[in-house]
Amino acid sequence: MTASATRVAFPANWPLRIGWLLLAVYVVWATSQLDVTWTRFVEGIANAQKFLSRMFPPNFEPEKMQMIVKGLAESVQIAVIATVVGIALSLPIGLMAARNLMPAWVVWPARALIAVCRSFHEVVIAIIFVKAVGFGAIAGIGALVVGSIGFISKLFAEAIEEISPKQVEAVRASGAGFFSVLTYGVLPQVFSRFLGFASYQFDSNLRHSTMIGIVGAGGIGGSLFSAFQRFDYDFVCAILISIIALIILAEVVSSYVRALFNDNLALLDFFRNRRAARLSREKAAAMVAS
Amino acid sequence: MNASVSRSIQIRALTKEYKKGVPVLKGIDLDIPGDGITAIIGPSGTGKSTLIRCINRLIDPTSGQILFQGQDLAQLSGVALREARRRIGMVFQEYNLVERLTVMENVLTGRLGYVSAFNAWLRRFPKQDIDEAFALLDAVGLGEFVNQRADGLSGGQRQRVGIARAIMQRPEILLADEPTSSLDPKTSVEIMEIMAAMAGKRNIPIIVNIHNVALAKRFCQRMIGMSDGKIVFNGTPAELTDTHLKEIYGGEDWLE
Repeated sequence: MTASATRVAFPANWPLRIGWLLLAVYVVWATSQLDVTWTRFVEGIANAQKFLSRMFPPNFEPEKMQMIVKGLAESVQIAVIATVVGIALSLPIGLMAARNLMPAWVVWPARALIAVCRSFHEVVIAIIFVKAVGFGAIAGIGALVVGSIGFISKLFAEAIEEISPKQVEAVRASGAGFFSVLTYGVLPQVFSRFLGFASYQFDSNLRHSTMIGIVGAGGIGGSLFSAFQRFDYDFVCAILISIIALIILAEVVSSYVRALFNDNLALLDFFRNRRAARLSREKAAAMVAS
Repeated sequence: MNASVSRSIQIRALTKEYKKGVPVLKGIDLDIPGDGITAIIGPSGTGKSTLIRCINRLIDPTSGQILFQGQDLAQLSGVALREARRRIGMVFQEYNLVERLTVMENVLTGRLGYVSAFNAWLRRFPKQDIDEAFALLDAVGLGEFVNQRADGLSGGQRQRVGIARAIMQRPEILLADEPTSSLDPKTSVEIMEIMAAMAGKRNIPIIVNIHNVALAKRFCQRMIGMSDGKIVFNGTPAELTDTHLKEIYGGEDWLE
């Protein structure tokens, strides 16, 4: 009985409490620094109302439509090329950065390269590329390739570091060489996750590619920016709606591609209830196994 | 030269230290015959797995020799090591199948030492290998599961694939590290039977780490007792008495 009086099940964590308190204080202080006040917010609402009312109805006139389609097509091209090239480069870089497969003298240069690629936002890299190679799509492609390398290589390296060493051990024990160990012991374990990263990266490259046009690196962003500058808000609205439609379409396609590879889903299953289809397949597999 | 001589292993003064100054294997001297099944028994943590993994160099020994067919396996590296590994099959406690590959792909993993990485990647294996893989899977009773992914199989089925993969190497010796420890008693016996039959037919000697002494006595022609990183018994199953078991495992309350 005496022991229970001195033992505490949930001891107070004072450093953590102080940490939360400091965060709250900082938010309040930063708010006061940046002129974030209620009156300023109310003034802003009135302005937003005026702006929004000028956006509707969106302007989808044929000649505007032509500009949108041309811009979007260029954005899609930039995104596809940048994703394919970026991933092709990320595979070896990510592999070299995996500490469980590579010696330290390979890992650290690869990690340094990834860190440099990750340091800047795509728009910042796009500005650098526009300055270096001039206006146009090639600057956009370059910028997004660099961004893709930073993101995919890092995630790929982490995925490789989390694989089960037992499966690799078995492949090594058969006398397989390094590349066979990779294709038989490592890749099968990371492939589905890698596909997830790749489709996510395509998604995000598509969004970035609509934006880098603002700094002159090609794509729909250029039209969007000049429409803003002309106060051509109904055209801005049309462009925004088109971008949303494109992103949703890409999301649907990429989730289908993932499902196709990960779960061997048939096309019909996808349009039916995917969850129900997966459950019934798992049940069947469990019955076979038992 | 007959097979039983050419497939024997001589281990000399083998030590392994994971941490400097803390040996797990303390100077093992051991002759393992080139035929039949040799069981290594002993308590957990005594270095059985380490010993067996030193033979195919999944673990690098600290010092000593492992002589096999005129080569010192402990000294090999690079291509020579891979070529030695091709001749040594291995069956693992947790099967170690590549989960997302099919049963067929897992079995053909046994040929990776002979097929170029590019051809292996494209799944271009010699027809002879593929025929043999089908035959082996039929022999272990998994002919229906050829194109199923390994992660859908039960433990017993997985270990059968593991055995087929090892035999697929056409090995000259078969190592088995606790091949039955993750299985129920009935399946354990079945797995030992399959392994003994397949290796026996091909004159492949087996070295098996095993916890179940009764199972070892039933299947093995030779038993080696390890305790605290040393060999404390080396003889036939009939020679293994309770006195020896006490020495190997310590205590006697667990003996029936």
